[in-house]
Amino acid sequence: MQDILIWLNDQLLRMQWLSDLVTWLVRDGFGLDTAERIGGSVHFFIYDVIKIFILLSVLIFSISYVQSYFPPERTRRILGQRQGLWANTVAALLGTITPFCSCSSIPLFIGFTSAGLPLAVTFSFLISSPLVDLASVILLASIFNWSIALAYVAIGLVLAILGGTLIGRLKLEDQVEDFVYQSPVSDHDNDGAISRRERLTYARDQVAEIAARVWLYVLIGVGIGAAIHNLIPEGFISALLGQDKWWSVLVATVAGVPMYADIFGTLPIAEALVNKGVGLGTALTFMMAVTALSLPSLIMLKRVVKLPLLGVFVGVVTVGIILIGYIFNATAHLFV
Amino acid sequence: MIIKILGSGCKKCVALADNAKAATQAEGIDAEIQKVTDIVAIAGYGIMATPGLVIDEKVVSSGRVLNASDISKFLREARQ
Repeated sequence: MQDILIWLNDQLLRMQWLSDLVTWLVRDGFGLDTAERIGGSVHFFIYDVIKIFILLSVLIFSISYVQSYFPPERTRRILGQRQGLWANTVAALLGTITPFCSCSSIPLFIGFTSAGLPLAVTFSFLISSPLVDLASVILLASIFNWSIALAYVAIGLVLAILGGTLIGRLKLEDQVEDFVYQSPVSDHDNDGAISRRERLTYARDQVAEIAARVWLYVLIGVGIGAAIHNLIPEGFISALLGQDKWWSVLVATVAGVPMYADIFGTLPIAEALVNKGVGLGTALTFMMAVTALSLPSLIMLKRVVKLPLLGVFVGVVTVGIILIGYIFNATAHLFV
Repeated sequence: MIIKILGSGCKKCVALADNAKAATQAEGIDAEIQKVTDIVAIAGYGIMATPGLVIDEKVVSSGRVLNASDISKFLREARQ
């Protein structure tokens, strides 16, 4: 039984068959040795691009189907009925199945806040939404392993719950732009009651739309990963981000925050870094910094909140992911 | 009749606007289609997912690209 599970995991999730196929292609087709630098990078690039696109299509299809049961209006009603830490927890969990796009965060923020949801709950949702989604669990399991995937999700949810709670405690309601509170609450009939055919169409459209949006990031991410994999000297990477360097987590954060990509483009970079001996915590911090905070989404948030609240949000999330990086680096031996 | 498409210029908004135009032509309705791209103005309609469709200042859908026949239904309701 155990063997069957391991086999399924290797073939379906890690796609060993694809790796073998690409090895054959690179060796016999291109005449390159995959154990050598160039051949290894070519193999990494082709294998990772195909694997990520297969996983991305399957995952987004399934998640969008689930998501069609939770339009924002329903999420808001669910959250409005809960209180305290429990509301933050539900917000963080619902954040895992909502849209991947940072462009939807503003309407959500306005819609939640104008309906009277506390800032604590709204921010738990806003932190969790880009950081943790169901697709990232499967991808992490595929590239690393299941214990790392589950640890990433658990710790991402904790960051969302605690970060949101902390922001709520600071009583910054007056730091939200006035028009937000004056916005009307529209609750037209969108409660997720649509036919199965419509859900399937929606899921298919989401795959097409997200693939069209992220394919370039994936290629760039895998390209950087392939370069790290074999072309950039290991000494350079370990000098900057090595496990024994106390500043590695900070460097990863500073590099990751302004970058804008989603988890599909970021994972291959993290994968290559870990292969090069970078600490697991450092790689996860980099991924979290890229996905949770990005300049475009901060510029958009600035239109609905005043600078002090924006600063608190960035500060709480940044400190959170730095702590996560150090904790993971210190406990990495438990997960590998 | 005034139809407004709410959205910050994403592909879905363009698709929705095209479908709305097709629907007005199919129904023989003389309607003006306006695009609302400002996030503050969009928030003014209380929707949480774009694109949104507004017919004569009433929000009829959000977060979905309706096809022309769905929009035609809303157009007929609005005309009554």
